[in-house]
Amino acid sequence: MIQILLFARFQEVVGEDAIGWQDAPITVAALKEQLQRTYEKFPSLDNVMVAVNEQYADNETEIQDGDTVALIPPVSGG
Amino acid sequence: MNDNFFLITEEEIQIEEVFKKVVHPNAGAVNTFIGTVREMTKGKRTLYLQYEAYVPMAESQLAQIGREIGEKWPEARTAITHRIGRLDISDVAVVIAVSSPHRAAAFEASRYAIERIKEIVPIWKKEHWEDGTMWVGDQKETTAYPGGTPKEEGQS
Repeated sequence: MIQILLFARFQEVVGEDAIGWQDAPITVAALKEQLQRTYEKFPSLDNVMVAVNEQYADNETEIQDGDTVALIPPVSGG
Repeated sequence: MNDNFFLITEEEIQIEEVFKKVVHPNAGAVNTFIGTVREMTKGKRTLYLQYEAYVPMAESQLAQIGREIGEKWPEARTAITHRIGRLDISDVAVVIAVSSPHRAAAFEASRYAIERIKEIVPIWKKEHWEDGTMWVGDQKETTAYPGGTPKEEGQS
């Protein structure tokens, strides 16, 4: 299973700070597409970065079973 | 005092502690940048802010900024503390301290650090206005990552 961490608006619309995902391995691009279809409340994932095990990942990165993924909407620290 | 040079905290930031992490005998300059909570933005009044972070990754990305500064200004030392949780007007949200033998590098590197924080560090700000709330960065007109990842240092 992949653990997907949610922050900011994503956490609010789902009401959880993490969700589990059974389908692995899967690329970042495919996961984003499937999440967008599965969670109708999600804001658009177009501008959302994905981190795999605390590292930014590109669309082709393959996520493995046991990985921790985070959805990172545009940041606004500082 | 927490000894980590790159720190996310829910506590009030002690500015002098960040300074003390980077000052050393061969430093001739320590530049500090202090980011505070602004009340008025484009005519809207902020009541307070909430910051949220992906803490372990935020700290590792702050350390990444420190490494980038070390490559650009080899004699610079950098420490950054960012606060999360509820912050009121004029509260200190972030403190950056950069020391170097001469002032130019300290000025330039601290500017570099705050700009990079706004690009790569997973921290989000929720504005609580008089008339509602919004996660900043949540709107379409703000930052996007068309290439899939935040730009690498050095790209434009």
